[in-house]
Amino acid sequence: MKERANDAPPDDMPVVLATEGPHGPVIHAANRAARIAGIAAGARVVDMRAVCPDLRVEYADVAGDRVALGRLVLWARRWCPWTAADGADGMVLDTTGSDHLLGGEASMLDEMETRLSQLGLSAKLAIAPTWGAAWALARYGPVRAICGADEISAQLAPLPVSALRLSGETVLLLRRLGLKTIGALTDVPRLPLTRRFARSGLQDNPVLRLDQAMGRLGEPISSAEAAPRFQVHRPLPEPIADPTPYLPDLCRDLCAQLAGAGFGCRRLHLTVYRTDGEISTVGVATSAPSRDADHLLRLFDDKLERIDPGFGFDQITLEAGTVEKIDIVQTRLDGEADEDLHLTRLVDRLTARFGSRSVTRPVWRESHVPERAESWSSALADVRTLPRPTPKERPIRLLHPPEEVRVFYAVPEGPPAQFVWRRQTLRVARYAGPERIAPEWWQDRPGTRLRDYFKIEVQSGQRFWLYREGLHGDGRGGDPRWFVHGMFA
Amino acid sequence: MFRAATLSEVFPTTVMDAGALRFVLTRIRSRTGPVLWVQDRLSRKEAGHPYLPELSLLRVDVTRAVDVLRAMEDGLRCKGLSAVIGEIWGNPCALDFTATKRLAMRSESGDIPCWLIRRAASPDLSAARERWRVTSLPSAPHPDDPAAPGDPCWRVELFRSRYARPGEWVASYDSAADRVDFSAPFRDGALAKGEGARERRAAG
Repeated sequence: MKERANDAPPDDMPVVLATEGPHGPVIHAANRAARIAGIAAGARVVDMRAVCPDLRVEYADVAGDRVALGRLVLWARRWCPWTAADGADGMVLDTTGSDHLLGGEASMLDEMETRLSQLGLSAKLAIAPTWGAAWALARYGPVRAICGADEISAQLAPLPVSALRLSGETVLLLRRLGLKTIGALTDVPRLPLTRRFARSGLQDNPVLRLDQAMGRLGEPISSAEAAPRFQVHRPLPEPIADPTPYLPDLCRDLCAQLAGAGFGCRRLHLTVYRTDGEISTVGVATSAPSRDADHLLRLFDDKLERIDPGFGFDQITLEAGTVEKIDIVQTRLDGEADEDLHLTRLVDRLTARFGSRSVTRPVWRESHVPERAESWSSALADVRTLPRPTPKERPIRLLHPPEEVRVFYAVPEGPPAQFVWRRQTLRVARYAGPERIAPEWWQDRPGTRLRDYFKIEVQSGQRFWLYREGLHGDGRGGDPRWFVHGMFA
Repeated sequence: MFRAATLSEVFPTTVMDAGALRFVLTRIRSRTGPVLWVQDRLSRKEAGHPYLPELSLLRVDVTRAVDVLRAMEDGLRCKGLSAVIGEIWGNPCALDFTATKRLAMRSESGDIPCWLIRRAASPDLSAARERWRVTSLPSAPHPDDPAAPGDPCWRVELFRSRYARPGEWVASYDSAADRVDFSAPFRDGALAKGEGARERRAAG
C-alpha cells in the first residue's frame, strides 16, 4: 500500500516534493504528471527543472508525513486488529481471518481503496500470504493483486529483484550478475548464492529476503498499541443548563478509571450535548499527569460559565484528552505531599484561570541578543533550561520593546551627554561600554544594524542600559537611533 | 531584625528605578524553589519584565490588580515556592487593607515571603508588616575604571515596621558577594531632629 501526499493542484500539472540534500534540494516524491515527464525521486531539483521547466516544487514535510502515517495505521484497525507502518510510505495489515467480515478478499480491497480515496489518498493494494510478497505485489504487481498460499513463486517470478526490499547496491549487483527478475534468482542454485551473501545483513541478502517473501522465514508484524481512551458519560433525565452539580461525580468516576489503568491525564474536555443538537466543549490542561479528582475539579472553577447551554443539554461527557502513565511514588516518609506536586498544581490552577499564555517560564537560548537569549514559554510545557552565564553584566529589567530616546550631544563613539526619555531630560554622569552586539546574520533580516550597548548612570543615580542602533555611514539607513533597553539595579 | 516570611511592600521613588528589585531579591535569596512573579499590565509596559538568568522564575502576566492579588494568594498556598513577588501600579481599589491583610496572613501561615512592589503609588493604609522606600544613589566608584558606574548604592528607608525601628540607611550592594551592606545612616541635622517623631509614627 502506498500513500501519496494529496496535492491541491490539478493532476496534469507536474508537482514534486523536495527535501534538502547535501548539494541542494533533492526530489522526495513526484506526482503522476511529473513521473510521466521523466522525473524520478532522488534526482536534484535543478536538473529536473531543466527537464521540465514548468515544474512546481513544494517542500516535503517528512516528520508530518510520519505522524500522519502513524494515525492512519491506527485508523486502519477498522479492518483488522494488527496493523503497522511499513517504511515511510507503506502500511502492512494482518488480515488473517478478518476478510470474511467484508465479503472476501476482493471486496475487502475494494472497500479499502474506496475508504482511502475518501480520505484523499491513492493507494496501491495487494494481499499475499507473506509480508514480503505483499510488499512486492503492491509496488510492482498488478492492480489489487490477490495471491493465494500456493501461487507465491508464480506471481513473484516476473517481478524485478528490487521488489525484494533490497538496498540499491545489492539490486545493482544482482543486475550485473544477470539476475534481473525474482524468477531468475529462484533458479540459481541456493548453495553458491548463500555462500556469496553469507556476511550480508538482511537488507543486502537476497536469499533471506527471498525466504521471507516465500514464507520460509517468519516475519511477524508488531502492532503498536493505541493509547487508551478514558471518558465518562452522564445521560440526564431532563435538559439542564448548569453542569456544576454533576461535575464532582464525573471527575471522581474518570479518576477511578484512570487509577485503575495506572494513567493520569494532561488534558480534560467537558462536552455537553444540547437539545438542539449542538455541542459545546470546555477544556483544561495540567502541567503534570494527574488523577486527583479534587484538583481536576478545581481547574474547572471559572471555566463552566464559558459553556453555552442554549435551551439546556441532556448529556454530559468528561473525557481525558491526553493521558500519560504515572507511577505511585512515595517521596517522603512523613506523609506530606512533596513540593513538586504543589508546584505543578499551582501552575495548573493559574493556567486554568489566566490562560496558558499568561503563565510562563523563561527558556534560555544561546544568543548574544538579549531579547533572543530569553523567551517565555508556557509553564505547562515544563521545558527547563539552564542559562548560559554571560561574561558581561546584564540589567535586571528589560523593556519590551526597547524605547527610543532623543539624544543630545552624541559623539560618534560613546554615549550621549544628555537624553530625553519619557519627557524627562537625563544627564549622563558615568558610563561603561560600549559592548557591541552584532546582528545574527543567520536569522536576522539583511539590513539589520548592529547595537552598541552602554551601561550609563544618570546624575540622579539610576542606571540604564542604552544602545545605539547602527553607526554613522554604515549604509543601513540614516543617522543611528538610540534606545533604552533595560534598567540596572 | 527581619522576620523571614511576611508581607512587605517596597516603593521605588521613580518608575524607572530598578534598585528596589535587587533589594527585594537580596532579601529572599536564602531559599530554594522558583519565585512566583506576578505583574499587572501597566507595570509591565512602564517598567519592563524581570531579566534574571540566575533565578528560577514562574511569571504570571495579568491585566488587573485584582488578578494580581488572586494569583499571589494562590501562590502563597503553594509550599514549593521560595517567594511571591507582585507588582501593582498605582493605588487600585482592589488593593485595600483587607486584601493586604489576607496576603500577610497567608504569607505568615505558609511561611513564604511575599513582596509587593508598588510603583507610582502613595503609601496608603496597608497591612504590610514592613514598608520600604528605595531610591537609587550614584554608585560606588568602579575599581578599574573611574568613568564607569560601580556597585549600586541606594537610599533605603524603612518607614513602617512591626518588628524593627524605622530608619534610613545608605545601602551598598556588593555584586561579587551578592550582599547588601547597610552603612552609615544619614546624619544630617534635619533627620536627626525628626527621629523622635518618626519613631512615634512607626509605632502608631
